[in-house]
Amino acid sequence: MKKLMSRLEGNKKAQIILFFIYVIATSGSLMLVQKSVVAFLLLLFSLLLLYFMSLSTKLKSLIAGVILIVLLPFSASQGPAYESYMEVSTLVGIYIAMALGLNIVVGLAGLLDLGFVAFFAVGAYTYGIFATNQAANFMPFGTYPLSGESFWFFIIAGCLIAALFGVLLGIPVLRVKGDYLAIVTLGFGEIIRIVFNNLDKPINITNGAMGLSSVTPPSIFGINLVYPSQFYYVVLVILAAVIFIVRRFEYSKVGRSWKAVRENEIAAQAMGIHLVRTKLLAFAIGASFSGMMGVIFAAKQTFVDPTSFTLLESITILVMVILGGMGSVPGVILGAAVVTILNLQVLTELTDWFNQLSLNGVISIPDALSPAKMQRFIFGGLLILFALYRSQGLLPAKQPTFDLKELKEEAEEEIQPVIPAAEKNVNL
Amino acid sequence: MFAHIIQTLPQVLIDGLTLGAVYAIIALGYTMVYGILELINFAHGEIFMSGAFIGTAILIGLTGVGWIAAFPAVVTLILVLLITSVATGLLGMGIERVAYRPLRKSSKLITLITAIGMSFLLQDFVRFITELKNGNYIVNTPALFSGKVSVSASSLSSSFDDATFKVTFIVVLIVALCLMIGLEIFVNRTKWGMAMRAVAQDPDTASLMSINVNKVISLTFFIGSALGGATGVLFALHYGTIDPYIGFILGLKAFTAAVLGGIGNIRGAMFGGLMLGILEMFAAANLSTITGNVLGAEYKDVFAFAILILVLIFKPEGLFGKAVTEKV
Repeated sequence: MKKLMSRLEGNKKAQIILFFIYVIATSGSLMLVQKSVVAFLLLLFSLLLLYFMSLSTKLKSLIAGVILIVLLPFSASQGPAYESYMEVSTLVGIYIAMALGLNIVVGLAGLLDLGFVAFFAVGAYTYGIFATNQAANFMPFGTYPLSGESFWFFIIAGCLIAALFGVLLGIPVLRVKGDYLAIVTLGFGEIIRIVFNNLDKPINITNGAMGLSSVTPPSIFGINLVYPSQFYYVVLVILAAVIFIVRRFEYSKVGRSWKAVRENEIAAQAMGIHLVRTKLLAFAIGASFSGMMGVIFAAKQTFVDPTSFTLLESITILVMVILGGMGSVPGVILGAAVVTILNLQVLTELTDWFNQLSLNGVISIPDALSPAKMQRFIFGGLLILFALYRSQGLLPAKQPTFDLKELKEEAEEEIQPVIPAAEKNVNL
Repeated sequence: MFAHIIQTLPQVLIDGLTLGAVYAIIALGYTMVYGILELINFAHGEIFMSGAFIGTAILIGLTGVGWIAAFPAVVTLILVLLITSVATGLLGMGIERVAYRPLRKSSKLITLITAIGMSFLLQDFVRFITELKNGNYIVNTPALFSGKVSVSASSLSSSFDDATFKVTFIVVLIVALCLMIGLEIFVNRTKWGMAMRAVAQDPDTASLMSINVNKVISLTFFIGSALGGATGVLFALHYGTIDPYIGFILGLKAFTAAVLGGIGNIRGAMFGGLMLGILEMFAAANLSTITGNVLGAEYKDVFAFAILILVLIFKPEGLFGKAVTEKV
């Protein structure tokens, strides 16, 4: 088996052929057996296989694009479960973008943020308030709800407002570190939730615990986006942009100063890194991704209420980052996908299955044990297990390493023409 | 406005003291662990919650066998407190052994993450057991002390309203006081207490002085968790209803209290707890009066967190703590 794997590792053609067989088999089975969640998951799994293949990054992203844009929607669209598959994929996309945002704050800059979902809430409420007639309560001009066309503007606006809140949170953070920072952000998240929960008086801004319902769906070229399959493409485009931006940031000057701050704040400062600017930037950028996804979430659910923004959500996103690997972009994507699918598909499926079993009288599982309720247990367990045994996550972050031998050889190659000349000089 | 605030003051003080005493004892647990390990034991709130559930379970069991009617309430109380604190103390020791000890050398971020994981695990575990037994995870604690006392504050001065309190108020205060004094004596007067202080100063040097650091840390967790568990019983007795999710926010507020008083400082934690409790009750009773109905009592948590954030920003060493500078 090992021999086979190592041979496969060297052989690009065999990899591609096997991969295509796998993709065709899974998408074919998804097309034929519509109810099978397994086929759907296996098709998504092909993206992970793709990641491990030894192809150029460009080719990989091209293939991934084809699978996500054409193959997955097409093979899922052949039956009645289409919209539910697309719903799951959309949510996976939303959570991936958020986890990537948190990854900048926690993974790259090393600032533990336990109130991250607050920015998500800020984004969701920004769109929710203006896309229902709630805004008429406090805005003296304009007619509300705004039309669906404004959604595209609000994606940017949500980004900016969340970034502003990120900076606001960042200001106290500049003075506290480590555990204290985690507690401050946790308090901040709770404050935001309580405020949104109670901001229905004296002026009704958020409609309190009742939440905002019938948010205007976004529209483009006169088409209203109401189905998950339509949101899927919106999320896909934004996700591609987010991944591109995150990648660029990671290897930029800012990204390197984030990592330096994470490793040792004082040493980083001594090397001339502007601590305030670096930390605030991490918070602002991380928050802006979350705010953007909040806007999309509000538009997709057409309903916003404070229960979607609890501490559990913040921890869920943290679990995604830690499970995947702090600071590793592919890892975080994997972590977010695994956790979201576990939450939305696997646990609910298992619950249904158990319910079916106890209905048929095969075994009886008490209601208290139903897997859909076990989220906290599972997340808690995952956090502990990963912290204890695999703190680098499923796909650890790759630090660019240099092979000393290779570097020397390279250097010698450059110097070689010079040395004989020098020797000649000596001989003369 | 002022008249109203002063009128309600006696009741606010009584309620605030009760809550403050609860915060203070939980804060002791945070402060002890932090003082020695510099670790925020996030799961401490959950230990408190487990204590509330264990105590309630014992009380329900005792009611079932008719113990409550046969024995005086004080005996039952002491018995329940003892059993619960031993159980939660062992729980705390176990948590330290499993989740914190292997990570003592690694970064703080990782230990904090295991602590959060532990607290989630405990919440769901307790929820699971209660729901399995009860069908519902919100539980009512049987009343051990019934009866109400009214304080005729109005006879003292006509500007006060009368206040009433449950007998459990006195129980909470007395037990809390005993626990705090006991802890103070233990830490300052006994050999083990001295070992704890030595480890808090410098674990490496302490281990050279033939102190078993692991044992001391285990003991710290045992005592801190036992205090937390006992507080849980008091909480359940006084407030009557408990659910598996009470621990987190309460723990957070107790942590606020510990920070307010200066984390790592036992007296500071007591003072911070009482102050926070009274402040919070004051906010709950008077926020809507002060702000003219703009902000209601539901903002009292915001109030507590705002205090936390302000203290951390402007005086992170707390009221009684010493400032430390970080070295590379």
